[in-house]
Amino acid sequence: MATFKREYLFNSLFLAITALSSFLVIALLLGIFLVLLKESLPAFQRFGFLGFILSSSWDPVKENFGGAIPLFGTLVTSFFALILAIPIALGIAIFITEVAPKSLREPIGMAIELLAAIPSIIYGMWGLFTLAPIQSKYIEPFLQKTLGSLPYFGKLFSGTPLGIDIFTASLILSIMIIPFTASVARDAFQLVPPVLKESAYGVGATKWEVIKDVVIPYCKLGILGGIGLSLGRALGETMAVAFVLGNLNQFPSSLFSATATVTVKLANEFTEADKDIHLASLFYLALLLFIMSFTILAIAKYFIQRTGTK
Amino acid sequence: MKKYLFIILSILLLISCKAKEEAPKVSGKTLNGAGATFPYPLYSAWASAYYKEKGIKINYQSIGSGGGIRQITERTVDFGATDMALKPEEVEEKRLLQFPTVIGGVVISFNLPELGDKRLVLDGETLCKIFLGEIKNWDDPKLKALNPGVNLPSKPITPVYRSDGSGTTAIFTHYLSDVCPKWAKEIGFGTSVNFKAGIGAKGNEGVANYVKRTPYSLGYLEYAYAVQNKIRAADLKNAKGKIVSPSVESFKEAAKTSQLDPAKHFYAWMTNAPGEGAWPITGATYILLAKEKAEVNKEVLKFFDWAFQAGDKTALELHYVPLPEEVKSKVREYWKNQGL
Amino acid sequence: MIKRRKIINQIALFICFLTAVWGLFWLFFILFDVVRHGLTALTPSLILNDPAPPGVSGGGLKHAILGHTLITITATLIGVPIGILGGTFLAEYGRNWAFSRIISFLADIMVSVPAIIVGAFVYALFVKPIGHFSGFAGALALAFIMIPVIVRTTENMLSLIPWTLREAAFALGAPYYKVIFQIVYRGAGMGIFTGIILAIARVTGEAAPLLFTSFNNAFTSYNLREPLASLTVTIFQYAMGPYEDWHRQAWGASFLITLFILGLTLVGRYLIKRRFKH
Repeated sequence: MATFKREYLFNSLFLAITALSSFLVIALLLGIFLVLLKESLPAFQRFGFLGFILSSSWDPVKENFGGAIPLFGTLVTSFFALILAIPIALGIAIFITEVAPKSLREPIGMAIELLAAIPSIIYGMWGLFTLAPIQSKYIEPFLQKTLGSLPYFGKLFSGTPLGIDIFTASLILSIMIIPFTASVARDAFQLVPPVLKESAYGVGATKWEVIKDVVIPYCKLGILGGIGLSLGRALGETMAVAFVLGNLNQFPSSLFSATATVTVKLANEFTEADKDIHLASLFYLALLLFIMSFTILAIAKYFIQRTGTK
Repeated sequence: MKKYLFIILSILLLISCKAKEEAPKVSGKTLNGAGATFPYPLYSAWASAYYKEKGIKINYQSIGSGGGIRQITERTVDFGATDMALKPEEVEEKRLLQFPTVIGGVVISFNLPELGDKRLVLDGETLCKIFLGEIKNWDDPKLKALNPGVNLPSKPITPVYRSDGSGTTAIFTHYLSDVCPKWAKEIGFGTSVNFKAGIGAKGNEGVANYVKRTPYSLGYLEYAYAVQNKIRAADLKNAKGKIVSPSVESFKEAAKTSQLDPAKHFYAWMTNAPGEGAWPITGATYILLAKEKAEVNKEVLKFFDWAFQAGDKTALELHYVPLPEEVKSKVREYWKNQGL
Repeated sequence: MIKRRKIINQIALFICFLTAVWGLFWLFFILFDVVRHGLTALTPSLILNDPAPPGVSGGGLKHAILGHTLITITATLIGVPIGILGGTFLAEYGRNWAFSRIISFLADIMVSVPAIIVGAFVYALFVKPIGHFSGFAGALALAFIMIPVIVRTTENMLSLIPWTLREAAFALGAPYYKVIFQIVYRGAGMGIFTGIILAIARVTGEAAPLLFTSFNNAFTSYNLREPLASLTVTIFQYAMGPYEDWHRQAWGASFLITLFILGLTLVGRYLIKRRFKH
């Protein structure tokens, strides 16, 4: 009987320890939110909400800070990265599940996953030393000569091709985020009930038509979830972009402009903001980024859960 | 599972043993400093020699003058370094001590493949216009006027500035404010200003890196970085209208007319100095200490005292101007008056 | 009509093939570059030497390698126990509790939260109040990134153990904690270990959270209470600088890190596959 009581105590103790550990996750989340809120309060009080996100000035001398440009830069680089990445990622998912010979499926899938495992600072190094010079010497001038002469659309390709710009940053980001959409899409495709596909083949559809009209519509939710994951990753990416974007506080006028994003601004200016309101403004940006990426990730994960994939 | 735990524990044990082994060799003392990238090559060289002689580590991280000011204000480092001297009121308000260590020049580095061996001449007004984005191309008439007989290409200029909080920026923009009323009105000077044109790079290191690799770029750089990385620097027209080249002599000439006064915590600017051969963008770099940390400050001052005595040769080799002897005695007196 | 559809089919599938080529092309391009530049930089002095002042050649990465190892090991020691215990709660004691699903969902999101924000958080909490940067703060930042990852993988691995195994142990009169230790952990051991490996691989490559916590150190140090150098921050510092020697070292460091992380990732994935084969 004595041991029974002891066992009971140990059990309760263990339960408490594990429960506390799991609550730590919530504590962390709340903690981050609260700390960011507290530190950004001075900036919020001075500039307000709309005032901050709509103001494009970032002037430490006059102590006037506005988040419009970094927020815009974050959204623009992520947007272009998604445009480049999503079709590729879907194509890869289709290739792996439908086209590739069975023996190649695992290795190719694993290789694509490796793209996500490469640390972002390596992407940054490679981007700065290898990709940017190639961009500046060959790719960007080429694009300028060809696509740049189109009306309207060509405006996107104006400006001096230095290689340190939105185009390079978005390109690198797109490569990094391919695996997230690709693996979620892949899992979703594999969950399509074979019956649906068989019946389509049965009425004479080609493989592509099955994919286009049966598989993809069925997996809409999962694919959206995967896109959301990629977007969440792109929003928060720091090091890869810091090397090749330039931290220029100006609205970009073309794909070949340098600009700033929230993460790059934080990385460059955080330890160095010598005025309190400067640091508070940086925390304000961090808070906005946190809310943005949290919301997008939450929606994405919710979609993925709904489709039953992991 | 148990096997793995055992392996991990034994590795940890080995590492902690090795750590204990290393400890007696080192005197265990590290002083952490952070700030200006301007004197980083020099402080780094001094620290390396000091460690060899005394076994004390001076861990200096170059994060920009803005960073130096912030970190010492927050007391997260033992000393801060800045090329933008804090005004006496600010020094008092943040309860700091401030003194200069060495003098250097900010030069205009550029990458112009067509120039060959010829020199490039600029003046305050054209620099101002380049960084305002008003002069866009290398073959602009104003540049051509300053450089007759030089074949300037018709390519756009990429100005490079500091994306981090920088004392070098402060010195450079203070000079621009001196010579260019439009700059003074619209932009002003400071460690971080609202640049209108160009690309931002992190630290003097970043600017040097960028200018070195990007043709037709132009950036302001501390002299040692230009020399160490074999980057061309332009000559400037100074206050007297004379064209001067950057050198230890022209920096010395500019420093001669400055007023380094301990009563004002040595707050002074050396830009646009009136001397005949003075380099117009010269400045001193400073150390900031937290007033209340007497013990730590004593150790930091031991290092800089050593540097004042034994470090001049290294300073000259790296193209910095050591403080003149009178200033050094003023600084030592300042330390004594603060009880250190 | 059929012919046209067949052609479209061929073209579309071929394009999918091309997308796979695009993805693999970049992978091999980047890895090739890292290996090419890194191997030439890999000399014994790179690993064994202390760093030299800028512009002086002959410096090495000893300070960064040691600092990074110390920080990562400390982060693992902090993050792994908490992560495993947390995941255990979600899969065992709390498995019928609705709130557990919420914690699980939130942990999943925390896995992808921008690392730089965690760095800013730890700076505000453990650097500013304490008064100096420290390797320990860096380890804490990394641990905070690791914990959600390990909580989720532990929870997943434990849920895979069939409930009947636990029932058999209960039927014999074992208290829950004994059931967990002796039945569940033993069965899921390899899976949990794999989760740990993947978490370490993830966290070793981080630079942003270390920028404002462990900061950097120009000397080799074993003291977690001081700022410590790390490979990733050093890569950042050296790559952004103008010195050719620094660039060379940065590539060498990149090579080492990439080798380590890709190695761990491949080992982790391999272990997962093996586990499910049995």
